[in-house]
Amino acid sequence: MTGITIAAAGLNHWFGREETRKQALFDVSLALPRGSFTVLMGPSGSGKTTVLTLLGCLRSVQAGSVRLLGQELHGAPEAHLVALRRRLGFIFQMHNLHESLTAAQNVMMGLQVHPGIDQATARAAAARVLGLVGLSDRVDYLPAKLSGGQKQRVAVARALVGNPALVLADEPTAALDKDSAAGVVDLLRRMGRARGTTTLLVTHDSRILDRADRILTLEDGRIVKVEDRS
Amino acid sequence: MSWLLQRLFGRLPVGWLQLTHNRTRFFAALAGVAFANVLVFVQLGIMNSMSAATVRPYAFFTADILISAPDANTLTDGANVARQWLWQALADPEVAEGMGLYVANVPWDRGMTDISLTTFGVDPFQPQFLAPALAPTAGFLQLRDGAVLDRLARGFKRTEAAAISPATPLSFETENRTLTAWSTFAGGGGFGADGYMLVSDQTFLRLFPARRAGAPDHILLRLVPGAEAAAVVTRLRAQLSDPGLRIRTFAEAKAEDLRYQQTRRPTGVIFGFGVLIGVLVGLVIVYQVLSSDVADHLREYATFKAMGYRPGFFLGVVFEEALVLGCLGFLPGLIFGGGILALMGKVTTLPLRMTPGMAASVFLGTVAFSALSGAIATRRLAAADPADLF
Ligand SMILES: Nc1ncnc2c1ncn2[C@@H]1O[C@H](COP(=O)(O)OP(=O)(O)O)[C@@H](O)[C@H]1O
Ligand SMILES: [Mg+2]
Repeated sequence: MTGITIAAAGLNHWFGREETRKQALFDVSLALPRGSFTVLMGPSGSGKTTVLTLLGCLRSVQAGSVRLLGQELHGAPEAHLVALRRRLGFIFQMHNLHESLTAAQNVMMGLQVHPGIDQATARAAAARVLGLVGLSDRVDYLPAKLSGGQKQRVAVARALVGNPALVLADEPTAALDKDSAAGVVDLLRRMGRARGTTTLLVTHDSRILDRADRILTLEDGRIVKVEDRS
Repeated sequence: MSWLLQRLFGRLPVGWLQLTHNRTRFFAALAGVAFANVLVFVQLGIMNSMSAATVRPYAFFTADILISAPDANTLTDGANVARQWLWQALADPEVAEGMGLYVANVPWDRGMTDISLTTFGVDPFQPQFLAPALAPTAGFLQLRDGAVLDRLARGFKRTEAAAISPATPLSFETENRTLTAWSTFAGGGGFGADGYMLVSDQTFLRLFPARRAGAPDHILLRLVPGAEAAAVVTRLRAQLSDPGLRIRTFAEAKAEDLRYQQTRRPTGVIFGFGVLIGVLVGLVIVYQVLSSDVADHLREYATFKAMGYRPGFFLGVVFEEALVLGCLGFLPGLIFGGGILALMGKVTTLPLRMTPGMAASVFLGTVAFSALSGAIATRRLAAADPADLF
């Protein structure tokens, strides 16, 4: 499994209980090689987000298996899930920055989840990553003073600052204009390549497709198409 | 502050940054905490001054044991006790001497108003029963209708009081008799009367013809050197045949007066309630601030949860906020509370003061109750589910 960052096999998922119980995922299997850049597509309601939250240790696995960094998530205790989350980077549709913290402080939060990191080191690392995403002149700005694209780039920096093994991004460009969107995706692609980070990106944006190594298409909770580009 | 919290928690002071982000709200919260502090300070101050005023007359006397009637409430609110118990107590080998103490309030016509003086009738030939500061005035009490006045009595002009001396005594009418004050002492207004006066037992009985020498309000006993007051009390309780008689050491009597004032008198109970309400107001204010702050940041907290932060981190943030509110709200509370107490003390001549003990206990209480509010507020954290973020 050395080359595989995360693998799901026979994943089924249900929401609700009793009569309102509804199956959202059917026998989903996938494997993401280390350093790959995968795009997950599919119509709204097809189960993309559900897949992402299961892979990201944010929901408990009900049926099937997910192996993340060599550890089985199905049946894993909450403490293990929390520890694994620290090795992931999340990017959400909305930037979800803390409005009371500056860009650098928001990025520091991505690093300080690891114990034993002192403030000065964390701050230097945050400033460096903000420089990599092109925000070296916005380090001490509060989110309210940043544009949408800049905020999402801060969110990218926050996800990447801890050198995660896997980055999970759910429609990170949905709230951005075309240019900012392309900028953010290119950034993710470039940084992923440079650091050997595995990336799984959910998107509707067709222009992003040609940047992917592999494209998975989800429909009604099933993977209906796998396209390899590399 | 930010630097301090950073050192204290070893991470970004997220709570501080969050609280201070909205300045208006932050200052409103601080004002709320300060207000609760002021409330507690004023009530505590009044309660303390009531306690100080209650036990103040004990400072006028030097004695080891107090014998009182079963229905005597406090030192200033006595009831007749037969003097024969004094003779019987003196039979104990360790009881050296005894004195009957007579108490009554007399009105003193001060022109516009009457003021009320708690008047003690003492034996002027036993000055050892008076406090060292008062003992030298016993000579004046030996004079017919001689008195020693409380120069701190409410409604008694300070200049007028200062003018009293053996060379220039002050004669005044009360209870249809003319008394002459030869000297003054430092007493002070209380809740039961405006001040104090000392006279001899003979003068007291002339002022109150209905009272009899054989029935003082209390009996004071002094023991031989080295005697154990508690042991003598036990012995006297067995020897004096009236089981209802209250025989207590002087210190016990003082403590019981205090307890009576705090728990049995309406004023004591009311101010005790005031403290409780101040504490509750503070608790509610801090809880309100912290829980709405948690509710406002559920999205950010959910994000932090998704990033792998543990429940302890969120508790830490809320406690950090509680600490900030408790500490920063305390300072203005202390300043305003102290100011209000000083002002009230001036107007009422009650010993209303901000004491270090009060400040320390209110500070610790504020921080503790803020932390408690914070702990309650964190229950809302469970609502921050990272799976709902997408
Ligand atoms: N928390 C939830 N409770 C109940 N049903 C849910 C919940 N989340 C998603 N679903 C359902 O699961 C299906 C897949 O949703 P989702 O994974 O969000 O799709 P996508 O991200 O592709 O739009 C949808 O039918 C949705 O209604
Ligand atoms: Mg979705």
